[in-house]
Amino acid sequence: MSDTKFVGTPRKVTTHVNQNEDLIFEKSSAGKKAYRLAELDVPAVDAASLLGDAARTDLGVMPELSEIEIVRHFTRLSTWNYAIDLGMYPLGSCTMKYNPRVNELVSRLEGIAEAHPYQPESLSQGVLGIMKLLSDCLVEITGMDTITLQPAAGAHGEFTGILLARAYHEAKGNPRKKVLIPDSAHGTNPATAAVCGYQVANLKSNAQGMVDIAELERMVDEDTAALMLTNPSTIGVFESEIHKIADILHAKGALLYMDGANMNALVGKTRPGDFGVDVMHLNLHKTFSTPHGGGGPGSGPVACKKILEPFLPKPVVVTRPDGTLALDYDRPQSIGRVRMFYGNFGMFVRALAYILANGPDGLRQTTEDAVLNANYIRAKLEDTFDLQYKTRSLHEVVFSDRRQAKNGVKTGDMGKRLIDYGFHAYTVSFPMVVQGAMMIEPTESESREELDLLIDALKQIAREAEENPELVQTAPHATRLRRLDETTAARKPVLRWKPAPNGAADSSALTPDTAAKEW
Amino acid sequence: MRYLPKSPADREEMLAEIGVASIDDLFSTIPAEYQFKRDLAIPRQHGESEIIDRFREFANQNATGYASFLGAGVYRHYRPVLIDTVVSRGEFLTSYTPYQPEIAQGTLQAMFEFQTMICELTGMEIANASMYDGSTGAAEAIMMAVRVTGRDGAVIARTVHPEYREVVATYAQHQEIPLVEAGYSESGRVDLAALDAAIDDNTACVLIQSPNFFGTIEDVAAIAEIAHKKGALLIVSIAEAISLGIVRPPAEADIVSLEAQSFGVAPSYGGPFCGVIACKEKFLRQMPGRIVGETKDMDGKRGFVLTLSTREQHIRREKATSNICTNQALVAMMTTVFLTVYGKEGLKELAVHNLAKAKYAADTLGGIGKVLFNGAPRFHEFVIDLGKDAEAVNTALLERKIIGGLPLARWYPELGANASLWCATELTTKAQIDAAAEALK
Repeated sequence: MSDTKFVGTPRKVTTHVNQNEDLIFEKSSAGKKAYRLAELDVPAVDAASLLGDAARTDLGVMPELSEIEIVRHFTRLSTWNYAIDLGMYPLGSCTMKYNPRVNELVSRLEGIAEAHPYQPESLSQGVLGIMKLLSDCLVEITGMDTITLQPAAGAHGEFTGILLARAYHEAKGNPRKKVLIPDSAHGTNPATAAVCGYQVANLKSNAQGMVDIAELERMVDEDTAALMLTNPSTIGVFESEIHKIADILHAKGALLYMDGANMNALVGKTRPGDFGVDVMHLNLHKTFSTPHGGGGPGSGPVACKKILEPFLPKPVVVTRPDGTLALDYDRPQSIGRVRMFYGNFGMFVRALAYILANGPDGLRQTTEDAVLNANYIRAKLEDTFDLQYKTRSLHEVVFSDRRQAKNGVKTGDMGKRLIDYGFHAYTVSFPMVVQGAMMIEPTESESREELDLLIDALKQIAREAEENPELVQTAPHATRLRRLDETTAARKPVLRWKPAPNGAADSSALTPDTAAKEW
Repeated sequence: MRYLPKSPADREEMLAEIGVASIDDLFSTIPAEYQFKRDLAIPRQHGESEIIDRFREFANQNATGYASFLGAGVYRHYRPVLIDTVVSRGEFLTSYTPYQPEIAQGTLQAMFEFQTMICELTGMEIANASMYDGSTGAAEAIMMAVRVTGRDGAVIARTVHPEYREVVATYAQHQEIPLVEAGYSESGRVDLAALDAAIDDNTACVLIQSPNFFGTIEDVAAIAEIAHKKGALLIVSIAEAISLGIVRPPAEADIVSLEAQSFGVAPSYGGPFCGVIACKEKFLRQMPGRIVGETKDMDGKRGFVLTLSTREQHIRREKATSNICTNQALVAMMTTVFLTVYGKEGLKELAVHNLAKAKYAADTLGGIGKVLFNGAPRFHEFVIDLGKDAEAVNTALLERKIIGGLPLARWYPELGANASLWCATELTTKAQIDAAAEALK
């Protein structure tokens, strides 16, 4: 034994091993491997002689690690994420509901996951059958006449839907010039109209946050191609005069486009096709439970009325006289393709599994529970937070930070503080028609107990905003990282890792752009 | 309903707390004539085992147990087990877009790693955090080139995947971007003289694909020189990402639009896949899609955030660079795991195996038919004229449980009815190739 007294381990002390995980490149060492290829059963080739000048010799800083290191790397990263499986996302307009695991299982069945989009139709009856059954279900749910599953996401669905409207008007001799968009709309709506070659005309909301009928009547003319309307609106309220809105548009030959982002409030209770909508998109990753996966993949089917059917993207799934399914490319009036192949097929599988798990009674109960949850939160919090629009809420409720802002506590601060209470933030500062918006959509996936925890947390935060505003303004406090410097991130973009010239690991900044503005 | 966490008593109590008599009161803003009173005419509620049975039935009606020589933009490669291990974690699968970076560092750091790998593989300086897919990525790249150059036309090689060209045409039509096609030469590469003639003062960009739709590797440097001489940008679309393991990256390009499906993503009847745009740094503020950047938190610790969102629709509305909102985060995560498993050496070895299999297949089938476009190097696909109608050949092959190459007459009538596009990957066995040759004799 040495007589030196033990003073402790020299190892860097951390609260948890997961607090420290370098970038994969910083963990890499030359010569490590996590793969072994199958034995080559054909003669080996010399790439340099086959490819000549086109041959590549080096793959730069691509990582080299063993399998256990890779598992630990990504598992550790995963512990830094919040997720539905951990708790509630009260994110308004995002519909963060439970993602059933059976959906994942069936999407990985061999005949489904390995299906090649060009395999013969005779060997694709199962995948086409999935597309057909999902299409039939979605047509019934929306009350529309027909559908395309091709769009890859909601905004892509908007693009497709507005192109359908454009093709329809063009076929009548005039594509028209403008698309009307309420000021409460999501930013994708005006961006979509612009990408489709339309001018955007902003439609002001009335005092209730709804479409102003008189203003609409004034604005709709023979140059109006469509109105893009979210229903229920982004404040979670049903446009009760929806049919009047449709009539005003139709009288001038314009179409009613419905952004189906909030369809979780309507399924089984009312159908857009019945209340005058001509074309709409759905978000399978919202209403139909396909996972958000940290930002995608989405899937944005577009349902429409008969008058728009000739213009649907090609191909469309059709039933042959002998009962077999086929892809029909002979669509002379089609807007063309909006995506290669047939869409985000893997999401169709999951959405259909969700519909089967629910059935008609389950879907109706789902909608009712989503609306019940939102109204419960509203009832419990309307004394605590300012409610700008008092109309009856459906699936989400939008409070304002007006009372707390007097103490310098903004919606964004309270959203961040919610993280300390074990929740994701609600949707912050959207829609813009509500000052300091706090947009809460609980979905049907939350139990009463979970809702009560959220309500308690928000009440507590409102109290903190009164008594200790700084605590809220500097939140979150319980996370691995504190608030991040987003301004510097935008002004001096560092968008990839690079080894430092001296061999030490460091990221590499691009040329600073001091003119860059961040919100 | 098993996904709903409420007892009947919970519902009653909550209605009482809200102060309404029944659930219907909460839907009273929907006019009575539009309230849907019957059951939806959709299949009844299924038990979990019934759902699995039903999808097994669907799965069994598809091609299983066939040897397939299909490629053409969707490639069958081995997918390491770790991919599903990682993306099946609820923390990745069920998380939202990382707008709250303090509780999304897992996704954000992985996306930063993804962007770095894409830059390294493509030879570009920056990359976004993914796009819908390669076809829409190509269309977005063209719109980006139009914004960068202030010109409004695009020249597209006929050797770009036909479905990519169709998607580009849909987008271009409404952006009023005139498209001109540049044909191919006997080598299967872009006809350089025709390309040169097609570019004029109004051409914003040239779009090529390499390896191209025929599997041939384009002379990117020569094409870049022609485009740049006339002030046009070069966009290189890559549909087979594995090629980057052994094919020189298109560093002369200005924008690369990659489809990363080959990096561990199932064919899944055509999607979801993973597009991504990479480009020169100077075009950063015209690049569409989400981007992750490095920064520090209040205590100076390294962290990552979504950045440069002033380009995006939720800030700029109709003036945004694109209407794109979601990306393919989870699929990008799959590709990141794939690239980490294979890594620097594995990706190269894998690509060489693909070369070897395709060479053996081309040599073997070349003894029966005539392989076209022999004047330039190719990766793992080749066009062959088997001397008989390609559709009829394929129908006969199905009897032997073989799915033959893709008949090309539908898109390239000039090649005749007998031409088809064959693909061999590391998963194609010698026995399968020999069996196909035997059946074709």
